[in-house]
Amino acid sequence: MSLEQQQETASFGMWLFLLTEIMFFGGMFTAYLIYRNWYYPAFVAGSHTLDITLGTFNTLLLIVSSFTMAMGVWCAETRRQKGLVWSLIATIILGLGFLGIKTIEYKEKFELHHVPGASFDAMSFVNVPLDKDGKPKDKALAPDMATHTEIYFSLYFAMTGMHAVHMIIGIGILFVLLYKAAKGAYSTGHITTIENFGLYWHFVDIVWIFLFPLLYLISRH
Amino acid sequence: MNHISPVLWQYLVKWLTNFAVIPPEASTIAPQVDALLIFMTLVSLVGLTLVALIITTFCIMYRREKSPVATQIEGSTLLEATWTIIPLGLFLIMFVWGSVLYFRIYTPPTNAMNIYIVGKQWMWKAEHPGGQHEINSLHVPIGKPVQLTLISQDVFHSFSIPAFRVKREAIPGRYTTVWFEATKTGTYHLFCTQYCGTAHSAMIGDIVVQTPEEYKLWLSSSTSGVSLAQNGERLFASLSCGACHNGQPDARGPNLGHVFGSKLTLTTGQNVLVDEAYLRQAILNPSAHITQGFAPIMPTYQGQISEEGLISLVEYIKALNLNERIQQTTNTTELLPEVPEGPKAKSAATAAQGVAKP
Amino acid sequence: MSTIVSLPDQATARVPKRNYITEENGLLSWLLTGDHKRIAMLYMGSITFFFFIGGAMAGLIRLELLTPMSDLMASDTYNKVFTMHGIVMIFLFLVPSVPATLGNFLIPIMIGARDLAFPKINLLSWYLYLAGGALALYAMITGGVDTGWTFTTPLSTHYVNTNVVTTGLAIFVAGFSSIFTGLNFIVTIHRMRAPGMTWFKLPLFCWANYAAAILMVLGTPVVAIAFVLVLLERTIGIGVFDPQKGGDPLLFQHLFWFYSHPAVYIMILPGMGVISEVISTFARKRVFGYTAVAFSSVAIAVFGFFVWAHHMFIMGISNYAMLVFSLLTMLVAVPSAIKIFNWSFTLYKGSITFETPMLYAFGFMGLFTIGGLTGVFLGTSGTDIHLTETYFIVAHFHFVMVGGMLMAFLSGIHFWWPKMTGRMYPEKISQLAAVVTFIGFNFTFFPQFLLGMLGMPRRYAAYPPEFQVLNVFSSAGASILGVGYLLPMLYLVWSLKYGEVAGNNPWQATGLEWQTQSPPLTENFKEIPIVTQDVYDYEWLERQKEHEVTQVG
Repeated sequence: MSLEQQQETASFGMWLFLLTEIMFFGGMFTAYLIYRNWYYPAFVAGSHTLDITLGTFNTLLLIVSSFTMAMGVWCAETRRQKGLVWSLIATIILGLGFLGIKTIEYKEKFELHHVPGASFDAMSFVNVPLDKDGKPKDKALAPDMATHTEIYFSLYFAMTGMHAVHMIIGIGILFVLLYKAAKGAYSTGHITTIENFGLYWHFVDIVWIFLFPLLYLISRH
Repeated sequence: MNHISPVLWQYLVKWLTNFAVIPPEASTIAPQVDALLIFMTLVSLVGLTLVALIITTFCIMYRREKSPVATQIEGSTLLEATWTIIPLGLFLIMFVWGSVLYFRIYTPPTNAMNIYIVGKQWMWKAEHPGGQHEINSLHVPIGKPVQLTLISQDVFHSFSIPAFRVKREAIPGRYTTVWFEATKTGTYHLFCTQYCGTAHSAMIGDIVVQTPEEYKLWLSSSTSGVSLAQNGERLFASLSCGACHNGQPDARGPNLGHVFGSKLTLTTGQNVLVDEAYLRQAILNPSAHITQGFAPIMPTYQGQISEEGLISLVEYIKALNLNERIQQTTNTTELLPEVPEGPKAKSAATAAQGVAKP
Repeated sequence: MSTIVSLPDQATARVPKRNYITEENGLLSWLLTGDHKRIAMLYMGSITFFFFIGGAMAGLIRLELLTPMSDLMASDTYNKVFTMHGIVMIFLFLVPSVPATLGNFLIPIMIGARDLAFPKINLLSWYLYLAGGALALYAMITGGVDTGWTFTTPLSTHYVNTNVVTTGLAIFVAGFSSIFTGLNFIVTIHRMRAPGMTWFKLPLFCWANYAAAILMVLGTPVVAIAFVLVLLERTIGIGVFDPQKGGDPLLFQHLFWFYSHPAVYIMILPGMGVISEVISTFARKRVFGYTAVAFSSVAIAVFGFFVWAHHMFIMGISNYAMLVFSLLTMLVAVPSAIKIFNWSFTLYKGSITFETPMLYAFGFMGLFTIGGLTGVFLGTSGTDIHLTETYFIVAHFHFVMVGGMLMAFLSGIHFWWPKMTGRMYPEKISQLAAVVTFIGFNFTFFPQFLLGMLGMPRRYAAYPPEFQVLNVFSSAGASILGVGYLLPMLYLVWSLKYGEVAGNNPWQATGLEWQTQSPPLTENFKEIPIVTQDVYDYEWLERQKEHEVTQVG
């Protein structure tokens, strides 16, 4: 196979793989759409318990990491080995930052008993805790609607969890690419791997761009 | 079946039943389903024979000894069109015919008597409105439309009566319905056809179709003495529903008299028809549907009430439509009078205001 | 009977010394190979192994059903046996069968390439398949799973305590094997065709596998996520399918069948591709209506995505949803009918011989026609109410999957056996096996249509006594069928050592794979061919033979 043919096939293969990933996440998005329609108040209440500052910051981290990844691809195309290495490092750091913040968020959810399963506590949505002015933090839900917040959180953890798994795999591959880039593997014009990984990383970013408003921004004023 | 001589049809059905290829036809819809099945079988036989004939004929005519050299043929648009359009046409006929049957089977007539079926691992419970309870059997009268309202207490089950050609899934969490009108007395198979665990094959029973007299006898001998609606009235009191649903103008909860079959406007502006499914949801999941003008304060009874309890409450609320409380408390052995459901119920109820007639 | 088999002179002929099998020796050279042909052989061994396991399960089922009572095994055991029969046969045998063995072996050669687009991913596919299979075996040995292959919630999430999680993981992993195979095929067929090999010169086998690959790539991820959600619900108790928490158990069925219906087309399309090749070769003719058959494959793939809820007609879907799905089901039935007629008319003015692959192909055509037509019985909602969840369904899918797909697989194995191994299988005993299989199959599964019509439910360990006669017929047939399947295992293995040397083109077939040596070189071609002839161009073949120089190994 000629070099050009190899590059084209690899690229085609990656696009096709991303299509399968869309189908994969699609199942969860479908479930989300149905349940949000059925239990809207519960979804609102659940969404309001997420920290919007952390979420926005995470979104920014990922967008910047997509930029650094794109920089890396450009550096590889223009044979700037040092630039490529630094871009990959930056992407890794931003990715790890994202995961770090996600860990903080998950930990908070665990403490508040918002993790679905045996320890899930829906009562905090019925007897809403008061803020410092003595007003309830959010609109109280009726008990049966409050139980449906577990569905919201189930989807929250399933979707962001699956996303995080893809990030972890991506960061793992980034380390491998970093090691190889440092040895000069991608500075000779053979950049297909970097390009195709870039596609994967951008896809993971785009999934988050959908997840963020759907999970964090329900009925925020 | 009017198109085929009735004599021929009877012969065909008898022959098929005696040779044990189809179950007995014991409901009004069974012959209709069988007609379509026979049509499809004929079409299939013709199609299969055609294909077999074509293959066999060509194999004989063009075997290598007789035809040493093949003639390369690209194709024939005419033939392609023919064998696209004819099968499509036949399939579309079956589609329309079958859809009509499907609508018929799953659209109960408004005058059907309602029996509740609760499926659980691994038995069927039938709840008659007059308070008769059956396990793994179902007694029905001949010649009367019977609606089954099904629900499962645990996993998916499926209520199947091959002799009636009807089957419906019993789903956990919501009601499904099916109806039939039995046409032949006798005992027929009842099967659970949705795999549900260990004793799935044991979840079978009998459908007993009786003459009206036999059925009346059975009703009176099997009653528990408490009709479903009466049991519902008892539950209504013990769960303190009346605290809010007391029928007073300033009550915290909507008036339940005549609510069944009416159209409600919810706080979201949506209009809903109040049927059994709605009532069940309203008891278990009240904040999903709040009647306009009322606050979302109704507690949920999820976990506090069984499916049988829910059925009793639903029947009680239905009975409120007819001011039949008096009749309910004294009569548990008669077939309930045929009641038009839906919007008609309201006008019928208004007409029957105050005085109940057997 | 006349035959077109043309073998080299057996006294002097030898299997070519240098071929993909002899190229390198040692276990590692096989386990770490990138050669699509070796990977195909690795798959062949593994799916045969799983076929045996699934077949043993089937034998146990039919033994139990000889008597109306549940007397051979406890009901729980029976439930595990039919569940595992389904899982093994569908996910570990039927889905990979033709694509992973014949597809892997032949597609690159058929299009004039040296290998698939991503050889390493191809190998990864096999390892993922093995991993999935190993997990499934582990689940079976350590207690089994008894949810049925359909894993209906809430039974699978809350009401059984068998190895649902392990089996779910097994299917998840095996699913990725399927996705990667499909990905490989699509990219290969798009990008690696030899010069002159246009889309409409592709053998129909390639079209069929291409269509199946689209289904693999787009459909499998959805069942993957369905299983992930089931596993999460089972392990940590998220409530997406639990009505008590507001979830909807029917949602699982939508997600499950969104894949599992296209899955049946993933299983059958490659088999149809085999039939196209076999009928063409043994009638010595271009397939009648090549374009129609090619487009039918794609049409089946496309339509196949939009019919899933016909598995759910009685589950409480709305009447209007029923109308849509029933109508689309009628539409998806038409391309299959088109193919059957096109194959039949390929025989017109042909020059027909009846070697074993052709016998299997005829079996396919008859049995698939019956299976497909009974599918219409089920796609018609009014009759589906009576027939669904009974043995009618069991008979329907066994007719299309076993009478159809497995026959096609055997047809293909016999057809390409000389190419893959360099040896011919023994013709007389193989024809006998084909006939025995056909007879055994009909005895086994035709009575099941009657049982279903009479109302006998599926997945029943015990049944009312009046169903016994038909069940005994069915079990008797199964023993004949078993013999029919055992024979090829035996004589095919025998032929590896004692079969006649096949030569390049024992069937005098068209197709690039038949213009190379048997078994092929690792690199497939000494030089990449430039394709000038049409597909199924028997006249070109005649002219080639006149100038033929015998290939030396």
